[in-house]
Amino acid sequence: MQYMILIYSPNDAMDVSPEDFAESMPAWEAYGNMLRERNAFVSAAPLAPPTSATTLRVKDGKTVTLDGPFAETKEWLGGYYIVNAATLDEALEYAGKCPGLQMPNAAIEVRPVIDLG
Amino acid sequence: MRPSRCGLSSISADPEGIEACFRRDAGRCVAVLARALGDIDRAEDAIGDAYVTALERWPREGFPRHPAAWILTTARRRAIDALRRDRRGSEKQVLAARLDTAMRDAAEVADDEMSEIPDERLELIFACCHPSLQLEMRIALTLRTLGGLSTEEIAAAFLVPAATMAQRIVRSKRKIREAKIPFDVPPASRLSERIDDVCTVLYLIFNQGYVATAGAALARTDLCNEAVRLARVLNALMPAEPEVLGLLALMLLTHARRDARVDESGALVTLEEQDRSRWDRSMIDEALAVLERAARHRRQGPFQVAGAIASMHCIARTAADTDWRTIAALYDCLFEMTPSAVVALNRAVAVGFATEPRDGLAALDATVGEGLLDDYYPYHVARAELSLRAGDRATARSSFARALHLTRNEAERAFLGKRLADAGGPSPG
Repeated sequence: MQYMILIYSPNDAMDVSPEDFAESMPAWEAYGNMLRERNAFVSAAPLAPPTSATTLRVKDGKTVTLDGPFAETKEWLGGYYIVNAATLDEALEYAGKCPGLQMPNAAIEVRPVIDLG
Repeated sequence: MRPSRCGLSSISADPEGIEACFRRDAGRCVAVLARALGDIDRAEDAIGDAYVTALERWPREGFPRHPAAWILTTARRRAIDALRRDRRGSEKQVLAARLDTAMRDAAEVADDEMSEIPDERLELIFACCHPSLQLEMRIALTLRTLGGLSTEEIAAAFLVPAATMAQRIVRSKRKIREAKIPFDVPPASRLSERIDDVCTVLYLIFNQGYVATAGAALARTDLCNEAVRLARVLNALMPAEPEVLGLLALMLLTHARRDARVDESGALVTLEEQDRSRWDRSMIDEALAVLERAARHRRQGPFQVAGAIASMHCIARTAADTDWRTIAALYDCLFEMTPSAVVALNRAVAVGFATEPRDGLAALDATVGEGLLDDYYPYHVARAELSLRAGDRATARSSFARALHLTRNEAERAFLGKRLADAGGPSPG
Protein backbone atom coordinates (compact mmCIF):
# COMPACT_ATOMS: atom_id res chain seq x y z
CA MET A 1 0.00 0.00 0.00
CA GLN A 2 1.20 3.51 -0.78
CA TYR A 3 0.91 6.56 1.43
CA MET A 4 1.62 10.19 0.61
CA ILE A 5 3.51 12.14 3.24
CA LEU A 6 2.60 15.80 2.77
CA ILE A 7 4.90 18.33 4.38
CA TYR A 8 3.23 21.58 5.39
CA SER A 9 5.27 24.64 6.30
CA PRO A 10 4.11 27.72 8.15
CA ASN A 11 3.79 30.91 6.11
CA ASP A 12 6.72 32.59 7.81
CA ALA A 13 9.01 29.86 6.47
CA MET A 14 8.40 31.08 2.90
CA ASP A 15 11.79 32.73 2.39
CA VAL A 16 14.48 30.19 3.19
CA SER A 17 17.97 31.53 2.63
CA PRO A 18 20.22 29.52 0.28
CA GLU A 19 22.55 28.94 3.24
CA ASP A 20 19.80 27.43 5.38
CA PHE A 21 18.62 25.37 2.45
CA ALA A 22 22.14 24.00 1.87
CA GLU A 23 22.53 23.27 5.54
CA SER A 24 19.36 21.18 5.63
CA MET A 25 20.24 19.14 2.54
CA PRO A 26 22.24 16.31 4.22
CA ALA A 27 19.29 15.49 6.48
CA TRP A 28 16.94 15.20 3.50
CA GLU A 29 19.45 13.06 1.60
CA ALA A 30 19.84 10.74 4.58
CA TYR A 31 16.06 10.50 4.87
CA GLY A 32 15.69 9.55 1.21
CA ASN A 33 18.46 6.95 1.57
CA MET A 34 16.82 5.44 4.63
CA LEU A 35 13.53 5.06 2.71
CA ARG A 36 15.36 3.49 -0.25
CA GLU A 37 17.22 1.04 1.98
CA ARG A 38 13.90 -0.13 3.37
CA ASN A 39 12.38 -0.37 -0.11
CA ALA A 40 9.82 2.18 0.97
CA PHE A 41 10.71 4.99 -1.43
CA VAL A 42 8.34 5.52 -4.35
CA SER A 43 8.77 9.18 -5.27
CA ALA A 44 9.25 12.62 -3.77
CA ALA A 45 9.46 16.27 -4.74
CA PRO A 46 9.95 19.63 -3.06
CA LEU A 47 7.60 22.37 -4.23
CA ALA A 48 8.37 26.05 -4.81
CA PRO A 49 6.44 28.32 -2.42
CA PRO A 50 2.86 29.40 -3.24
CA THR A 51 4.13 32.86 -4.30
CA SER A 52 5.15 31.09 -7.49
CA ALA A 53 1.75 29.44 -8.00
CA THR A 54 -0.79 29.99 -10.74
CA THR A 55 -4.40 28.94 -10.27
CA LEU A 56 -6.90 27.96 -12.95
CA ARG A 57 -10.65 28.05 -12.49
CA VAL A 58 -13.67 27.75 -14.72
CA LYS A 59 -16.00 30.75 -14.56
CA ASP A 60 -19.09 30.91 -16.76
CA GLY A 61 -17.71 28.11 -18.91
CA LYS A 62 -14.42 29.93 -19.49
CA THR A 63 -11.12 28.92 -18.00
CA VAL A 64 -9.52 31.86 -16.24
CA THR A 65 -5.94 32.13 -15.11
CA LEU A 66 -5.32 33.68 -11.70
CA ASP A 67 -2.12 34.57 -9.97
CA GLY A 68 -1.07 33.17 -6.66
CA PRO A 69 -2.60 30.56 -4.43
CA PHE A 70 -6.37 30.11 -4.45
CA ALA A 71 -6.87 31.00 -0.82
CA GLU A 72 -5.12 32.58 2.12
CA THR A 73 -3.85 29.77 4.32
CA LYS A 74 -1.64 29.59 7.37
CA GLU A 75 0.27 26.66 5.97
CA TRP A 76 1.49 25.71 2.56
CA LEU A 77 2.43 22.42 0.98
CA GLY A 78 6.21 22.39 0.77
CA GLY A 79 6.70 18.97 -0.71
CA TYR A 80 5.77 15.33 -0.53
CA TYR A 81 7.02 11.78 -0.39
CA ILE A 82 5.16 8.72 -1.58
CA VAL A 83 6.17 5.61 0.37
CA ASN A 84 5.33 1.93 0.40
CA ALA A 85 4.17 0.75 3.81
CA ALA A 86 2.32 -2.33 5.03
CA THR A 87 0.13 -0.40 7.48
CA LEU A 88 -0.64 3.13 8.64
CA ASP A 89 1.69 2.65 11.61
CA GLU A 90 4.61 1.89 9.31
CA ALA A 91 3.79 4.98 7.23
CA LEU A 92 3.56 7.07 10.41
CA GLU A 93 6.96 5.79 11.46
CA TYR A 94 8.45 7.05 8.17
CA ALA A 95 6.58 10.34 8.47
CA GLY A 96 7.89 10.80 12.00
CA LYS A 97 11.48 10.61 10.72
CA CYS A 98 10.98 13.24 8.00
CA PRO A 99 13.34 16.22 8.52
CA GLY A 100 10.46 18.54 7.55
CA LEU A 101 8.79 17.71 10.85
CA GLN A 102 11.63 19.45 12.72
CA MET A 103 10.88 22.85 11.15
CA PRO A 104 9.16 25.14 13.67
CA ASN A 105 5.35 24.87 13.40
CA ALA A 106 5.54 22.36 10.59
CA ALA A 107 2.85 19.71 10.17
CA ILE A 108 2.96 16.44 8.31
CA GLU A 109 -0.12 14.77 6.92
CA VAL A 110 -0.21 11.11 5.95
CA ARG A 111 -2.83 10.00 3.43
CA PRO A 112 -3.39 6.62 1.81
CA VAL A 113 -3.00 6.64 -1.97
CA ILE A 114 -5.97 5.01 -3.69
CA ASP A 115 -4.88 2.02 -5.76
CA LEU A 116 -6.66 2.04 -9.09
CA GLY A 117 -4.73 -1.09 -10.22
CA MET B 1 -26.23 -33.68 18.75
CA ARG B 2 -22.94 -34.83 20.19
CA PRO B 3 -22.49 -33.00 23.44
CA SER B 4 -19.69 -35.27 24.65
CA ARG B 5 -17.56 -34.40 21.65
CA CYS B 6 -18.17 -30.70 21.61
CA GLY B 7 -17.42 -30.54 25.28
CA LEU B 8 -20.38 -28.26 25.86
CA SER B 9 -22.93 -30.63 27.33
CA SER B 10 -24.84 -27.74 28.88
CA ILE B 11 -25.34 -26.08 25.51
CA SER B 12 -27.75 -27.68 23.08
CA ALA B 13 -28.25 -26.91 19.41
CA ASP B 14 -31.57 -25.15 19.97
CA PRO B 15 -31.83 -21.39 19.42
CA GLU B 16 -30.97 -20.66 23.09
CA GLY B 17 -27.89 -22.87 22.91
CA ILE B 18 -26.76 -21.15 19.74
CA GLU B 19 -27.38 -17.78 21.35
CA ALA B 20 -25.17 -18.85 24.26
CA CYS B 21 -22.42 -19.72 21.77
CA PHE B 22 -22.91 -16.37 20.09
CA ARG B 23 -22.53 -14.49 23.36
CA ARG B 24 -19.42 -16.44 24.25
CA ASP B 25 -17.65 -16.59 20.87
CA ALA B 26 -18.90 -13.88 18.52
CA GLY B 27 -16.57 -11.14 19.82
CA ARG B 28 -13.50 -13.31 19.40
CA CYS B 29 -14.64 -14.50 15.96
CA VAL B 30 -15.16 -10.93 14.76
CA ALA B 31 -11.70 -10.00 16.08
CA VAL B 32 -9.99 -12.84 14.19
CA LEU B 33 -11.81 -12.13 10.95
CA ALA B 34 -11.51 -8.32 11.23
CA ARG B 35 -7.78 -8.67 11.63
CA ALA B 36 -7.49 -10.99 8.63
CA LEU B 37 -9.64 -8.69 6.49
CA GLY B 38 -8.47 -5.34 7.90
CA ASP B 39 -12.16 -4.49 7.90
CA ILE B 40 -14.50 -4.62 10.91
CA ASP B 41 -17.69 -4.17 8.88
CA ARG B 42 -17.10 -7.13 6.58
CA ALA B 43 -16.08 -9.26 9.53
CA GLU B 44 -19.24 -8.40 11.49
CA ASP B 45 -21.45 -9.06 8.47
CA ALA B 46 -19.83 -12.42 7.75
CA ILE B 47 -19.90 -13.59 11.38
CA GLY B 48 -23.54 -12.48 11.69
CA ASP B 49 -24.44 -14.42 8.54
CA ALA B 50 -22.63 -17.49 9.86
CA TYR B 51 -24.73 -17.48 13.05
CA VAL B 52 -27.88 -17.19 10.97
CA THR B 53 -26.72 -20.25 9.03
CA ALA B 54 -26.02 -22.01 12.34
CA LEU B 55 -29.60 -21.34 13.45
CA GLU B 56 -30.81 -23.13 10.32
CA ARG B 57 -28.37 -26.01 10.32
CA TRP B 58 -27.29 -26.90 13.85
CA PRO B 59 -30.74 -27.97 15.09
CA ARG B 60 -31.01 -30.25 12.05
CA GLU B 61 -27.43 -31.54 11.66
CA GLY B 62 -26.24 -31.47 15.25
CA PHE B 63 -23.89 -29.34 17.25
CA PRO B 64 -20.41 -28.98 15.68
CA ARG B 65 -17.40 -30.22 17.62
CA HIS B 66 -15.87 -26.74 17.70
CA PRO B 67 -18.72 -24.25 17.33
CA ALA B 68 -16.48 -21.16 17.07
CA ALA B 69 -14.22 -22.80 14.46
CA TRP B 70 -17.35 -23.79 12.50
CA ILE B 71 -18.57 -20.19 12.63
CA LEU B 72 -15.18 -18.86 11.51
CA THR B 73 -14.95 -21.30 8.60
CA THR B 74 -18.46 -20.47 7.46
CA ALA B 75 -17.86 -16.74 7.88
CA ARG B 76 -14.61 -16.96 5.95
CA ARG B 77 -16.46 -18.49 2.99
CA ARG B 78 -18.99 -15.66 3.17
CA ALA B 79 -16.24 -13.08 3.32
CA ILE B 80 -14.43 -14.59 0.32
CA ASP B 81 -17.70 -14.63 -1.64
CA ALA B 82 -18.29 -10.99 -0.77
CA LEU B 83 -14.73 -10.13 -1.77
CA ARG B 84 -15.19 -11.86 -5.14
CA ARG B 85 -18.18 -9.68 -5.78
CA ASP B 86 -16.66 -6.34 -4.74
CA ARG B 87 -12.93 -6.25 -5.06
CA ARG B 88 -10.43 -6.00 -7.87
CA GLY B 89 -8.05 -8.79 -8.92
CA SER B 90 -4.72 -8.31 -7.18
CA GLU B 91 -6.17 -6.96 -3.96
CA LYS B 92 -8.63 -9.85 -3.83
CA GLN B 93 -5.88 -12.44 -4.08
CA VAL B 94 -3.81 -10.81 -1.36
CA LEU B 95 -6.80 -10.69 0.97
CA ALA B 96 -7.87 -14.25 0.18
CA ALA B 97 -4.33 -15.46 0.95
CA ARG B 98 -4.36 -13.60 4.26
CA LEU B 99 -7.71 -15.11 5.12
CA ASP B 100 -6.38 -18.59 4.41
CA THR B 101 -3.40 -18.08 6.71
CA ALA B 102 -5.54 -16.67 9.47
CA MET B 103 -7.98 -19.55 9.21
CA ARG B 104 -5.23 -22.17 9.23
CA ASP B 105 -3.82 -20.60 12.39
CA ALA B 106 -7.29 -20.65 13.87
CA ALA B 107 -7.79 -24.30 12.91
CA GLU B 108 -4.53 -25.30 14.59
CA VAL B 109 -5.54 -23.67 17.81
CA ALA B 110 -8.97 -25.28 17.44
CA ASP B 111 -7.44 -28.63 18.36
CA ASP B 112 -6.77 -27.24 21.78
CA GLU B 113 -9.95 -27.83 23.76
CA MET B 114 -9.20 -24.93 26.10
CA SER B 115 -9.47 -22.16 23.55
CA GLU B 116 -11.03 -22.95 20.25
CA ILE B 117 -9.81 -19.86 18.45
CA PRO B 118 -7.09 -17.34 19.19
CA ASP B 119 -8.14 -14.32 21.20
CA GLU B 120 -7.34 -11.36 18.99
CA ARG B 121 -9.55 -8.88 20.82
CA LEU B 122 -6.47 -7.04 22.07
CA GLU B 123 -5.39 -6.32 18.48
CA LEU B 124 -8.93 -5.12 17.83
CA ILE B 125 -8.85 -2.81 20.88
CA PHE B 126 -5.63 -1.21 19.63
CA ALA B 127 -7.17 -0.67 16.20
CA CYS B 128 -10.34 0.87 17.69
CA CYS B 129 -8.31 3.19 19.96
CA HIS B 130 -5.78 4.23 17.29
CA PRO B 131 -4.71 7.87 17.73
CA SER B 132 -5.42 8.61 14.06
CA LEU B 133 -9.14 8.27 14.84
CA GLN B 134 -10.94 11.20 16.46
CA LEU B 135 -11.42 10.66 20.17
CA GLU B 136 -15.22 10.55 19.92
CA MET B 137 -14.89 7.97 17.14
CA ARG B 138 -12.57 5.81 19.26
CA ILE B 139 -15.10 5.85 22.08
CA ALA B 140 -18.02 4.99 19.81
CA LEU B 141 -16.17 2.26 17.94
CA THR B 142 -14.73 0.63 21.06
CA LEU B 143 -18.14 0.49 22.71
CA ARG B 144 -19.85 -0.83 19.61
CA THR B 145 -17.22 -3.35 18.56
CA LEU B 146 -16.03 -4.68 21.90
CA GLY B 147 -18.92 -3.83 24.17
CA GLY B 148 -22.38 -5.22 24.43
CA LEU B 149 -24.40 -2.04 23.86
CA SER B 150 -26.43 -1.26 20.77
CA THR B 151 -25.78 1.87 18.72
CA GLU B 152 -29.03 3.33 20.12
CA GLU B 153 -27.91 2.72 23.70
CA ILE B 154 -24.51 4.27 23.08
CA ALA B 155 -26.14 7.29 21.42
CA ALA B 156 -28.49 7.75 24.38
CA ALA B 157 -25.60 7.60 26.85
CA PHE B 158 -23.68 10.26 24.92
CA LEU B 159 -26.76 12.40 24.34
CA VAL B 160 -26.50 12.41 20.57
CA PRO B 161 -29.07 11.21 18.01
CA ALA B 162 -28.73 7.53 17.07
CA ALA B 163 -28.03 8.53 13.45
CA THR B 164 -25.07 10.66 14.56
CA MET B 165 -23.62 7.81 16.58
CA ALA B 166 -24.20 5.34 13.73
CA GLN B 167 -22.36 7.70 11.40
CA ARG B 168 -19.41 7.99 13.78
CA ILE B 169 -19.13 4.23 13.86
CA VAL B 170 -19.42 3.88 10.08
CA ARG B 171 -16.80 6.60 9.50
CA SER B 172 -14.32 5.14 11.93
CA LYS B 173 -14.65 1.67 10.41
CA ARG B 174 -14.12 3.16 6.98
CA LYS B 175 -11.01 4.99 8.13
CA ILE B 176 -9.54 1.81 9.59
CA ARG B 177 -10.11 0.08 6.26
CA GLU B 178 -8.96 2.91 3.98
CA ALA B 179 -5.92 4.08 5.93
CA LYS B 180 -5.05 0.50 6.87
CA ILE B 181 -4.88 1.08 10.57
CA PRO B 182 -3.16 -2.09 11.79
CA PHE B 183 -4.82 -4.73 13.96
CA ASP B 184 -1.67 -5.30 15.97
CA VAL B 185 -0.30 -4.91 19.44
CA PRO B 186 2.11 -1.96 18.98
CA PRO B 187 5.88 -2.54 19.21
CA ALA B 188 7.58 -2.09 22.59
CA SER B 189 8.81 1.40 21.66
CA ARG B 190 5.23 2.63 21.30
CA LEU B 191 3.41 0.29 23.64
CA SER B 192 3.13 2.41 26.76
CA GLU B 193 1.81 5.49 24.95
CA ARG B 194 -0.68 3.34 23.04
CA ILE B 195 -1.83 1.58 26.22
CA ASP B 196 -2.34 5.04 27.65
CA ASP B 197 -4.56 5.89 24.65
CA VAL B 198 -6.65 2.75 25.25
CA CYS B 199 -6.94 3.43 28.98
CA THR B 200 -8.02 7.00 28.27
CA VAL B 201 -10.81 5.82 25.96
CA LEU B 202 -12.07 3.33 28.56
CA TYR B 203 -11.87 5.95 31.30
CA LEU B 204 -13.81 8.48 29.22
CA ILE B 205 -16.52 5.85 28.69
CA PHE B 206 -16.65 5.29 32.45
CA ASN B 207 -16.71 9.00 33.18
CA GLN B 208 -19.52 9.62 30.72
CA GLY B 209 -21.50 7.04 32.65
CA TYR B 210 -20.49 8.50 35.99
CA VAL B 211 -21.19 12.14 35.33
CA ALA B 212 -23.79 12.31 32.60
CA THR B 213 -23.38 15.79 31.17
CA ALA B 214 -27.09 16.55 31.17
CA GLY B 215 -30.43 15.04 31.97
CA ALA B 216 -32.05 13.81 35.12
CA ALA B 217 -30.01 10.69 35.82
CA LEU B 218 -26.70 11.42 37.46
CA ALA B 219 -25.08 8.11 36.62
CA ARG B 220 -25.63 5.88 33.63
CA THR B 221 -24.78 2.63 35.32
CA ASP B 222 -24.85 0.68 32.05
CA LEU B 223 -21.95 2.68 30.69
CA CYS B 224 -19.99 2.37 33.94
CA ASN B 225 -20.52 -1.40 34.03
CA GLU B 226 -19.50 -1.65 30.40
CA ALA B 227 -16.32 0.36 31.01
CA VAL B 228 -15.42 -1.81 34.01
CA ARG B 229 -16.04 -4.94 31.94
CA LEU B 230 -13.79 -3.66 29.13
CA ALA B 231 -11.08 -2.75 31.64
CA ARG B 232 -11.28 -6.31 32.99
CA VAL B 233 -10.95 -7.72 29.46
CA LEU B 234 -7.95 -5.46 28.82
CA ASN B 235 -6.40 -6.55 32.10
CA ALA B 236 -6.96 -10.23 31.28
CA LEU B 237 -5.28 -9.70 27.91
CA MET B 238 -2.34 -7.66 29.31
CA PRO B 239 -1.96 -8.85 32.90
CA ALA B 240 1.53 -7.36 33.28
CA GLU B 241 0.54 -3.76 32.54
CA PRO B 242 0.34 -1.77 35.79
CA GLU B 243 -1.49 1.17 34.23
CA VAL B 244 -4.33 -1.13 33.14
CA LEU B 245 -4.55 -2.33 36.74
CA GLY B 246 -4.48 1.30 37.91
CA LEU B 247 -7.34 2.12 35.53
CA LEU B 248 -9.38 -0.84 36.76
CA ALA B 249 -8.80 0.13 40.40
CA LEU B 250 -9.72 3.76 39.73
CA MET B 251 -12.99 2.70 38.09
CA LEU B 252 -13.87 0.24 40.87
CA LEU B 253 -13.14 2.77 43.62
CA THR B 254 -15.34 5.35 41.94
CA HIS B 255 -18.06 2.86 41.07
CA ALA B 256 -18.10 1.52 44.67
CA ARG B 257 -19.50 4.87 45.84
CA ARG B 258 -22.30 5.06 43.25
CA ASP B 259 -25.22 4.28 45.61
CA ALA B 260 -24.13 6.84 48.21
CA ARG B 261 -23.69 9.57 45.63
CA VAL B 262 -27.40 10.39 45.33
CA ASP B 263 -30.06 10.45 48.04
CA GLU B 264 -33.62 9.07 47.86
CA SER B 265 -34.81 12.20 46.04
CA GLY B 266 -32.08 11.83 43.44
CA ALA B 267 -30.08 14.79 44.78
CA LEU B 268 -26.28 14.77 44.71
CA VAL B 269 -24.49 14.01 47.98
CA THR B 270 -20.91 15.27 48.39
CA LEU B 271 -18.11 12.88 49.27
CA GLU B 272 -17.96 14.56 52.66
CA GLU B 273 -21.62 13.91 53.45
CA GLN B 274 -21.98 10.46 51.90
CA ASP B 275 -23.20 7.57 54.05
CA ARG B 276 -20.05 5.46 53.93
CA SER B 277 -21.91 2.32 54.97
CA ARG B 278 -23.53 2.44 51.54
CA TRP B 279 -20.19 2.12 49.76
CA ASP B 280 -19.59 -1.24 48.10
CA ARG B 281 -16.96 -2.71 50.44
CA SER B 282 -16.18 -5.82 48.40
CA MET B 283 -15.58 -3.66 45.34
CA ILE B 284 -13.26 -1.40 47.35
CA ASP B 285 -11.36 -4.41 48.69
CA GLU B 286 -10.96 -5.79 45.19
CA ALA B 287 -9.68 -2.40 43.97
CA LEU B 288 -7.15 -2.14 46.81
CA ALA B 289 -5.81 -5.60 45.92
CA VAL B 290 -5.62 -4.56 42.26
CA LEU B 291 -3.63 -1.43 43.20
CA GLU B 292 -1.24 -3.56 45.23
CA ARG B 293 -0.73 -5.87 42.29
CA ALA B 294 0.00 -2.84 40.09
CA ALA B 295 2.54 -1.47 42.59
CA ARG B 296 4.55 -4.71 42.43
CA HIS B 297 5.51 -3.87 38.84
CA ARG B 298 7.30 -0.73 40.08
CA ARG B 299 6.28 1.27 37.01
CA GLN B 300 4.27 4.22 38.27
CA GLY B 301 1.77 5.95 35.98
CA PRO B 302 -1.07 8.48 36.12
CA PHE B 303 -3.89 5.92 36.39
CA GLN B 304 -2.18 4.20 39.32
CA VAL B 305 -1.70 7.55 41.09
CA ALA B 306 -5.31 8.56 40.42
CA GLY B 307 -6.34 5.15 41.77
CA ALA B 308 -4.22 5.72 44.88
CA ILE B 309 -5.93 9.10 45.43
CA ALA B 310 -9.37 7.49 45.13
CA SER B 311 -8.28 4.77 47.55
CA MET B 312 -7.33 7.38 50.18
CA HIS B 313 -10.98 8.50 50.23
CA CYS B 314 -12.27 4.95 50.31
CA ILE B 315 -10.15 3.84 53.27
CA ALA B 316 -11.02 6.88 55.43
CA ARG B 317 -13.56 5.77 58.06
CA THR B 318 -15.16 9.21 58.15
CA ALA B 319 -14.70 12.33 56.02
CA ALA B 320 -12.79 13.94 58.90
CA ASP B 321 -10.32 11.01 58.91
CA THR B 322 -9.30 11.70 55.31
CA ASP B 323 -5.54 11.94 54.94
CA TRP B 324 -5.49 15.13 52.87
CA ARG B 325 -1.72 15.58 53.21
CA THR B 326 -1.08 12.28 51.42
CA ILE B 327 -3.72 13.15 48.85
CA ALA B 328 -2.05 16.53 48.20
CA ALA B 329 1.32 14.78 47.84
CA LEU B 330 -0.21 12.27 45.39
CA TYR B 331 -1.62 15.17 43.36
CA ASP B 332 1.89 16.68 43.23
CA CYS B 333 3.02 13.37 41.79
CA LEU B 334 0.12 13.29 39.30
CA PHE B 335 0.78 16.89 38.25
CA GLU B 336 4.37 15.98 37.46
CA MET B 337 3.16 13.18 35.16
CA THR B 338 0.24 15.02 33.58
CA PRO B 339 0.53 18.77 34.13
CA SER B 340 -3.02 19.79 33.27
CA ALA B 341 -5.12 22.62 34.66
CA VAL B 342 -7.68 20.10 35.95
CA VAL B 343 -5.04 18.23 37.96
CA ALA B 344 -3.76 21.57 39.29
CA LEU B 345 -7.31 22.40 40.36
CA ASN B 346 -7.74 19.13 42.28
CA ARG B 347 -4.32 19.57 43.82
CA ALA B 348 -5.26 23.05 45.05
CA VAL B 349 -8.44 21.70 46.68
CA ALA B 350 -6.41 18.97 48.44
CA VAL B 351 -3.94 21.61 49.66
CA GLY B 352 -6.88 23.65 50.96
CA PHE B 353 -8.14 20.67 52.96
CA ALA B 354 -4.67 19.56 54.11
CA THR B 355 -3.75 23.02 55.46
CA GLU B 356 -5.83 26.22 55.39
CA PRO B 357 -8.53 27.15 52.85
CA ARG B 358 -6.47 30.28 52.02
CA ASP B 359 -3.52 28.08 51.01
CA GLY B 360 -5.82 26.19 48.67
CA LEU B 361 -7.05 29.43 47.12
CA ALA B 362 -3.46 30.62 46.76
CA ALA B 363 -2.55 27.31 45.07
CA LEU B 364 -5.58 27.74 42.82
CA ASP B 365 -4.41 31.21 41.77
CA ALA B 366 -0.79 30.11 41.39
CA THR B 367 -1.16 26.91 39.40
CA VAL B 368 -4.36 27.16 37.39
CA GLY B 369 -3.59 29.36 34.39
CA GLU B 370 -5.70 32.50 34.12
CA GLY B 371 -8.96 31.92 32.29
CA LEU B 372 -8.05 28.33 31.40
CA LEU B 373 -10.90 26.79 33.37
CA ASP B 374 -13.44 29.62 33.11
CA ASP B 375 -15.98 27.31 31.48
CA TYR B 376 -15.21 24.31 33.68
CA TYR B 377 -17.83 24.29 36.44
CA PRO B 378 -15.86 22.24 39.00
CA TYR B 379 -13.30 25.08 38.99
CA HIS B 380 -15.96 27.51 40.21
CA VAL B 381 -17.29 24.98 42.72
CA ALA B 382 -13.77 24.56 44.12
CA ARG B 383 -13.27 28.32 44.38
CA ALA B 384 -16.69 28.67 46.02
CA GLU B 385 -16.15 25.89 48.59
CA LEU B 386 -12.68 27.10 49.54
CA SER B 387 -13.91 30.71 49.76
CA LEU B 388 -16.83 29.66 51.95
CA ARG B 389 -14.46 27.84 54.31
CA ALA B 390 -12.22 30.91 54.37
CA GLY B 391 -15.24 33.04 55.33
CA ASP B 392 -15.48 34.92 52.03
CA ARG B 393 -19.21 34.48 51.34
CA ALA B 394 -19.41 37.03 48.53
CA THR B 395 -16.84 35.17 46.38
CA ALA B 396 -18.48 31.85 47.31
CA ARG B 397 -21.87 33.14 46.08
CA SER B 398 -20.59 34.49 42.77
CA SER B 399 -18.59 31.30 42.14
CA PHE B 400 -21.56 29.00 42.93
CA ALA B 401 -23.73 31.13 40.65
CA ARG B 402 -21.18 30.84 37.84
CA ALA B 403 -20.96 27.05 38.32
CA LEU B 404 -24.76 26.78 38.28
CA HIS B 405 -24.79 28.67 34.99
CA LEU B 406 -22.34 26.16 33.47
CA THR B 407 -23.88 22.75 34.20
CA ARG B 408 -26.88 21.11 32.57
CA ASN B 409 -27.06 18.03 34.79
CA GLU B 410 -30.18 18.36 36.90
CA ALA B 411 -28.80 16.61 39.96
CA GLU B 412 -25.73 18.86 39.86
CA ARG B 413 -27.90 21.94 39.36
CA ALA B 414 -30.09 21.09 42.35
CA PHE B 415 -27.00 20.60 44.47
CA LEU B 416 -25.38 23.87 43.39
CA GLY B 417 -28.65 25.74 43.99
CA LYS B 418 -28.65 24.41 47.54
CA ARG B 419 -25.02 25.40 48.09
CA LEU B 420 -25.70 28.88 46.72
CA ALA B 421 -28.55 29.22 49.23
CA ASP B 422 -26.23 27.93 52.01
CA ALA B 423 -23.81 30.73 51.12
CA GLY B 424 -26.63 33.25 51.54
CA GLY B 425 -27.40 33.66 47.85
CA PRO B 426 -30.74 33.50 46.07
CA SER B 427 -32.64 30.25 46.60
CA PRO B 428 -33.49 28.40 43.37
CA GLY B 429 -37.13 28.52 44.47
